Amino acid sequence: MTITPITIAFFIMAAFTLGGSLGVVTNRNLFHAALYLVLALFGVAGLFVLLEAPFLAAVQVLVYVGAIAVLITITIMVTRRIMGVTESVNRQWPLAAGVSAIMAITLGFVVLDRFAGKLPVAAVPGDNIVRLGEALVNYDAYLVPFEVASVLLLAAMIGAIVVARE
Amino acid sequence: MIPLHWYLLVAAGMFALGIYGVLARRNAVAILMSIELMLNAVNINLVAFWRYMAPEALNGQMFAILVFAVAAAEAAVGLALIISIYRNRETVVAEDINLLKW
Amino acid sequence: MGDIFTTIYNFLSGLLVGWGASPIVADAIIAFLAAAVLATCVLLILIFNIWLERKVLGRIQDRIGPNRVGPYGIFQTVADLLKLLTKEIIIPSGADLVPFFLAPIIMVASVILVWAVIPFTAKTIGTDVNIGVLYLAAVGSLGIMAVLLAGWSSNNKYALLGAFRAVAMLVSYEVPMILMLMMPVLITGSMRMGEIAAAQPIWYAFSMPLAAVIFLIAMTAEVGRSPFDLLEAESEIVAGYQTEYSGFAFAMFYAAEWAHAFTMAALIATLFLGGWRGPGAEQYPTLGFIYFIIKTYAVYFLSIWSRGTLPRIRIDQVMSFCWKFLIPLSLILIVLTTLADKIAQTVLMERFPDYMSTASLVDMLPRASILLAVNLVVGALAVWWIALLGRRERQRQEVAISHLAPVEVGTATK
Repeated sequence: MTITPITIAFFIMAAFTLGGSLGVVTNRNLFHAALYLVLALFGVAGLFVLLEAPFLAAVQVLVYVGAIAVLITITIMVTRRIMGVTESVNRQWPLAAGVSAIMAITLGFVVLDRFAGKLPVAAVPGDNIVRLGEALVNYDAYLVPFEVASVLLLAAMIGAIVVARE
Repeated sequence: MIPLHWYLLVAAGMFALGIYGVLARRNAVAILMSIELMLNAVNINLVAFWRYMAPEALNGQMFAILVFAVAAAEAAVGLALIISIYRNRETVVAEDINLLKW
Repeated sequence: MGDIFTTIYNFLSGLLVGWGASPIVADAIIAFLAAAVLATCVLLILIFNIWLERKVLGRIQDRIGPNRVGPYGIFQTVADLLKLLTKEIIIPSGADLVPFFLAPIIMVASVILVWAVIPFTAKTIGTDVNIGVLYLAAVGSLGIMAVLLAGWSSNNKYALLGAFRAVAMLVSYEVPMILMLMMPVLITGSMRMGEIAAAQPIWYAFSMPLAAVIFLIAMTAEVGRSPFDLLEAESEIVAGYQTEYSGFAFAMFYAAEWAHAFTMAALIATLFLGGWRGPGAEQYPTLGFIYFIIKTYAVYFLSIWSRGTLPRIRIDQVMSFCWKFLIPLSLILIVLTTLADKIAQTVLMERFPDYMSTASLVDMLPRASILLAVNLVVGALAVWWIALLGRRERQRQEVAISHLAPVEVGTATK
């Protein structure tokens, strides 16, 4: 394995992702946890760029950082009165840590057993984004999932407004 | 070129941390954040498999896009529920929201 | 222009490889250098822009403006900058330190990053990524996070209130902004900024004037300039989210704000005014750069003008203007435009086989006239609609005060 700018970038983004995730689940200050979430989401966006999916990376930043993280932060600010006074983890946290460790070991074992050292089978086609866009509105491809996702978003929007209204 | 299993290991670590967060955190917002972590880990896997196994197919990216839509919907409704519960019961601790528990 | 950069690139690459770096590492180092130079240029040009804006604002308000340091006060900004640099950064008690200092950095970064995809000439562009317009939207949304961080970490009620206000406004105006960003993308058929600029033998501001106006309004709100400067309405919430910042940290917010205004001008120039396009720009790229700068400063002047002329509007007016007027209008416009374009494409394809081509002015004429017609019709309806809303509002207010007893003239003094 040679060290190239690509591998360095991968290690930085992986460190962002995993470090951010660790911060989200362990930090007692919820606001800081939200900041770590933003860091982790950025790391994932960077990984998408390295995986040659720039469209998904931009959507990741736009949707997660620009919308979801802002929503979460505002919710934390609005509900801050009881924030930080209580324990951050519940009584079953050792059990949870055990489950999580078993999950990580199992997944790691499967990954190393089945996919170790696999390299890409082919290059990404240059017109990938064009084909993605056309597939979204093609009746034979992904039109129905696309419409269902739109209806889901509409329902979520109406639901959120109804639930959160005073 | 980076081998596939590096991405998958990062995603596995992220997913495991998300599971820990969902099971162990008390604050409902923190649980929601952990769920976002798990969704992101799944997305890394989807895109990595798309890139390494079938870059000509669109399924991997398309699934990732649908996961984005679901994550956005989930965050909006989940946070609205949390705010609503906070207004009525003055708490966002998941264990204290036990009205429907016997 | 492009050739100069190629020469510099070849020289640097040869130098680095000669020193023992592999070509990939040399490319990475040159990319970092180019990014640093571009960012520095954007920040340096601010020194001139701030002087220009203060001078023009002064003239609009019948003042002279800065006139002490240097000829015509041109070094006033340098003096101000030195003053800000030497001042103490006061940290409020109870401040959350890391987010407190992260916020100005993210704020500046979110503005500077936009310049990576702006085409300066036919050949010179930071990086012509195939998702350019989406990148713009993604980078722009980082500023919202910076505002939240600043407002929360300052431990000050005005800062937090200002941040909530700012976030509500920025999130709302992002919707019409992104919808109108889609219009050039739809017509060009590409999200590359380079292709969008190149596809405008007829500027999109002429074929889609309403889209350009909506985009200008939404961008003005994103930048937070008058009449949308209620993020830092000093009479209501001190300075909004940046209340507690001083010294260099404040200077960064200040720089980000002015850089954002200039970036907005460059974006509008690229997306709606043809960017580097102009007579002879394809043969002589340097000429294209000059056209680009002229267009950018023209839009920038418009923004200074509105800042010097328009009064601030209230937060409820800002929000209802966006959600009840701009967003429905944008949606109607985008649907009608695409529909008319599609119908015209199928009907006119036999008579004008080059209907979809954006190669030359003559090719584009039939399509541009259809787009213009749709824009004008929707624009006329919009003007009628907003006039109706305004009349209703005035009548409502008159009814609301009509039950008050009229004051007899002269009785109050008795």
